Amino acid sequence: MKITKEAMCGTLESNDLLVKVLPFGGLQVSIYSEVMRQFGARIREVVGETLKQMGVTQGKIVVEDKGALDCAIRARVEAAVLRGAECEDLDWRAL
Amino acid sequence: MKKPRRSMLFIPGSNAAMLSTAFVYRPDSIMFDLEDAVALGEKDSARLLVYHALQLPAYKEIETVVRINPLDTPYGLKDLEAAVRGGAEIIRLPKTDCAADIQKLEREVERIEQECGRELGSTRLMAAIESASGVVNAVAIATASPRMDSIALAGFDYVVDMQTQRGDGSEIFYARCAVLHAARAAKIDAFDVVFSDVNDDEGFLKEVEVAKRLGFNGKSLINPRQIELLHKAYAPTEEEVHKAEQIVNAAKNAEREGLGVVSLNGKMIDPPVVMNAQRILALAGLTFGHA
Repeated sequence: MKITKEAMCGTLESNDLLVKVLPFGGLQVSIYSEVMRQFGARIREVVGETLKQMGVTQGKIVVEDKGALDCAIRARVEAAVLRGAECEDLDWRAL
Repeated sequence: MKKPRRSMLFIPGSNAAMLSTAFVYRPDSIMFDLEDAVALGEKDSARLLVYHALQLPAYKEIETVVRINPLDTPYGLKDLEAAVRGGAEIIRLPKTDCAADIQKLEREVERIEQECGRELGSTRLMAAIESASGVVNAVAIATASPRMDSIALAGFDYVVDMQTQRGDGSEIFYARCAVLHAARAAKIDAFDVVFSDVNDDEGFLKEVEVAKRLGFNGKSLINPRQIELLHKAYAPTEEEVHKAEQIVNAAKNAEREGLGVVSLNGKMIDPPVVMNAQRILALAGLTFGHA
């Protein structure tokens, strides 16, 4: 799946996260979190898994986390990528 | 006897914080809302949030309902894919006007269950009645599918359709009775309307009393504060529990002794009285943790 336009999803409210995606030559993932020290590795893992499942190999992904659970991280990344890829039909088998 | 349900708490599907924590309020059912509580521009992300939240271990211990958008909107079918694949126990269909609405939903649910490998028939259905047509067709709706689990009256859209507005309850009295009778005839549960003024406990409890007296299983709720109030109002008294225990014990004794007739203190007890006593004990089990 290719990011073709800038898109965002999520909020900066507690227990949520804001995900921004932009077109980019390679794959660059930047993560900022209030709980980076405790959960940074886990957040990176969940974001990485989600991008892999969606077949995202190109794009700039910026995640600003406010203490979200894994389920919210997956959902926000998926929605931002789908918006950025201008894709409306989700392949549920890939999730 | 199946576990009684009193409270069904609405949670906006787009709110990550509430989706992540709503189970702590311990309603009998949690309803993730993809319809009115979600802005048009967030339907896509709410759908994914609900899909993933449904798989949280905490939601495996509580009944989950997803209110999808109507199937004739661009969102309804996509919502249904997310809800069934995510593992929602019940799908709540808004604006159900006739049996065909439920039958269409049933066909789509069955297709998705087959596609995702979910047990066929494991997704139950709830119809929300929100119009005069829905009220008139309530019996056909309630019996439209073996998957039907419950029926709920949604007051706001209904009163608009009836060209009136919410007042002392008389404006929805017929609809309450019609929906409730349909549910009872179909042997399914019935949920009363939401009470929107979360700061008016007195008004809420007054409405709960009406719903309980009519025979509704419970209410749809929009604020966690209303859960405890509702549960207390539906709780049987110690005296009712004591009497119910005596009746159920008498029925057990009669069965053990092979007697066709149940009697207690010299009085004959009819089967419906025994069933009512069992219902009271089930409610007591939820409230006091015994029975």
